[in-house]
Amino acid sequence: MPSSLANPNSGGLPRFGQPRINRAPSKILAISAPWLLVMLGSLSPLWPIIASGPVIPPLGFLLLVIWQQLRPGLFPVWAGLPLGLFDDLFSGQPFGSAVMLWSASMILLDLFEARFPWRSVVFNWLVASCLTLVYLVCAAWLAGANHTAFAVIWPQVLLSILVCPILAQLVSMTDRFRLIPIRKR
Amino acid sequence: MVSTPGNRRPGHSRRAQYNTFFNYLLAVGGLGIGAVLLLVSLDNGAAFAGARSAANSATAPVGVAGAEARHESTSWFATLAGYFTRGSRVASLEREVAEARVRLAEQAALRHENERLKALLQLSESESKPVAYGRLIGSTSSSTRRFATLSLGATKGITVGMTIRAPLGLVGRVLEVGHNTSRVLLITDTESTVPVRRASDGVQAYATGQGDGTLRIRLAATGINPLRKGDAIVTSGSGGLYRPNEAVAVVVSLLPDGAIARPLSDPGMTEYVAIERAFDEVAAKASTEVVAP
Repeated sequence: MPSSLANPNSGGLPRFGQPRINRAPSKILAISAPWLLVMLGSLSPLWPIIASGPVIPPLGFLLLVIWQQLRPGLFPVWAGLPLGLFDDLFSGQPFGSAVMLWSASMILLDLFEARFPWRSVVFNWLVASCLTLVYLVCAAWLAGANHTAFAVIWPQVLLSILVCPILAQLVSMTDRFRLIPIRKR
Repeated sequence: MVSTPGNRRPGHSRRAQYNTFFNYLLAVGGLGIGAVLLLVSLDNGAAFAGARSAANSATAPVGVAGAEARHESTSWFATLAGYFTRGSRVASLEREVAEARVRLAEQAALRHENERLKALLQLSESESKPVAYGRLIGSTSSSTRRFATLSLGATKGITVGMTIRAPLGLVGRVLEVGHNTSRVLLITDTESTVPVRRASDGVQAYATGQGDGTLRIRLAATGINPLRKGDAIVTSGSGGLYRPNEAVAVVVSLLPDGAIARPLSDPGMTEYVAIERAFDEVAAKASTEVVAP
């Protein structure tokens, strides 16, 4: 009989993450995509912007936080160590600052997850915003900022909070992408 | 709404329980490792320079492509903006050119006089010839520190302490050198201090970065603040790192013990920067060792 009845998606594009006959998601892609996305966020110092102040949100950190909120348990609790090391290579912060702050955030988010397993979008956004605020203030303090430089981070804090929902969309898109059934079963 | 995957309580499986426990142990270990790394790097800023340089060299091609795109896009915007401000700008430029011609003649006379006087004193001053020209291919735009990445490294003869100059003025100096890239401390960084003076009369001061693109000018001598809005600030050459009389900034607002100045060179707007030797290599070596990134 016509296969279009058996597989209603055969005409159009394959829907992300939907099971298809004889196909399964690639294990490599499913595991590596979240890590790669966070690392890509850490590479923002390579953007063609020579900024006169801290303006770009800490994209690597935000992406890690959002992954952890949307897909709890996908990253192991210790993911802050390797990902923070990578971020420190490019960020310009004193080496080790991201390792420490990201590890602390991952532990904090895991405890939070156990306490509030059911969360709304707004609640996630609020938590990510507060965490980012604390992270940026700590990072500025570790970078040896004087009083003037503390005032400098507010635009970055605001931008980070505003960019959260967009990054959440990116994360959920990547989440669907990583589960595309491409491997022959 | 989000639900847990339910792997926090692994049930009776001893293996799963150990797995959860060791994950946590590793996470806390990561926290400790981070703290140790941080202490080491705060104590000695150059501690992880090798790893940073290697990472920056590996990703340099992306940055070079981006730097080209940046220059293209900024000049495109400038062209567009030019249509709206053309008339008044042409008038003011014509006036400036007329004034500049007179100044140029005066300068030429002064240069001749200067050469003659130097010959009398038998002073020999080496000309500041750039070692190389390169691009700034990235900056730490999400950190409060102000570093940039230069597209040249040890293979092009770059060494620590060389100064970076844009056509409009001083940009910074080389802090770490990698194989293909180097790390530049911009003058707007909070740890950067440039010995400067007022161009007109030589009032001595120090220009420290504020991390937001402006410079804090601190006068070397206390007393009545002689600075005025619009004063041009140039390097004084003391300390031996920066060549004297290089344009640095213009005063924009006054403070009781100094001023806030805006740097003349915008590293984001310049396509190429010139890399020059430190003014006095011996003195420069001594003064680069104290700065920790």
